[in-house]
Amino acid sequence: MARVIVDVMLKSEIHDPQGEAVLSASHRLGFGNVTGVRQGKRFELDIDGPAGDAALARAEELARELLANPVIEEFSLSFVE
Amino acid sequence: MTFPGSLDDQDAARAVRYAGAEPVALWHADRDLRGVDAVILPGGFSYGDYLRCGAIARFSPVMGSLVPAARAGLPVLGICNGFQILCEAHLLPGALTRNAALRFIHRDVRLDVVNAGTAWTSGYAAGQSLTVPLKSGEGAYAASPETLDELERTGRVVVRYAPAAPNGSARDIAGICSAEGNIVGLMPHPEHAIDPLTGPSADGLGFFTSIVSAFAGAGAAR
Repeated sequence: MARVIVDVMLKSEIHDPQGEAVLSASHRLGFGNVTGVRQGKRFELDIDGPAGDAALARAEELARELLANPVIEEFSLSFVE
Repeated sequence: MTFPGSLDDQDAARAVRYAGAEPVALWHADRDLRGVDAVILPGGFSYGDYLRCGAIARFSPVMGSLVPAARAGLPVLGICNGFQILCEAHLLPGALTRNAALRFIHRDVRLDVVNAGTAWTSGYAAGQSLTVPLKSGEGAYAASPETLDELERTGRVVVRYAPAAPNGSARDIAGICSAEGNIVGLMPHPEHAIDPLTGPSADGLGFFTSIVSAFAGAGAAR
């Protein structure tokens, strides 16, 4: 079985008010050297079959169709053992 | 149309009755559109807003029938969550993102009618001012600058917040339509403003009377 990680982030040009709220909370907590926060989503997909190109291709298809909205988000794929 | 988590389907049905037509209940798990003349996707939190607002509803069985019908010209109005579903289904361009100030906004807003030529706004005059409730946490309209330019150039901005969007919507856009004008989506709730007894005005009723009179005219011609 392959486990594929799909990370979904808002595109850089899309305003991320959640990230900004986390940033200002960080500053209140004394983490003044944190200068930027963007918040995203992480999906862990378990896919039947070996961890290879086929699994990655299926994960990419799913990310494009469902997990991310390409109008406002971008995604990246990686394997974990 | 009712999805699990829809809230405003009853108010939408009431608005249709107020406009003099018969509301027909449609269900997300049922592929049958029951021969209706037009469809309203109501507000609410379909599928709990899981993943993204409207993202799961887009794949419900009824959408398998609705998407091709809408592309073929069936009038569809998406209100709030319904607008989010229409964008997720690619029936309308762009996306709805989190309000700029993070707060859920629940208050009456003023809208300017920009396009009074759609199936759902023909009863208004361009430039007319409407007062209707807005109640959403993810109502900020976003699209690429090219898409926004095209929407403006082709008259597909249907309603705008006035004097300014309270939620960070690009170019103060509150609602847009498809190229053919049969599909309209907006974040504010015209179905909550059909009678001064229960809403801030009766300004929203025009969305429903517009579509009903379009069919009344067609019926007379048939």
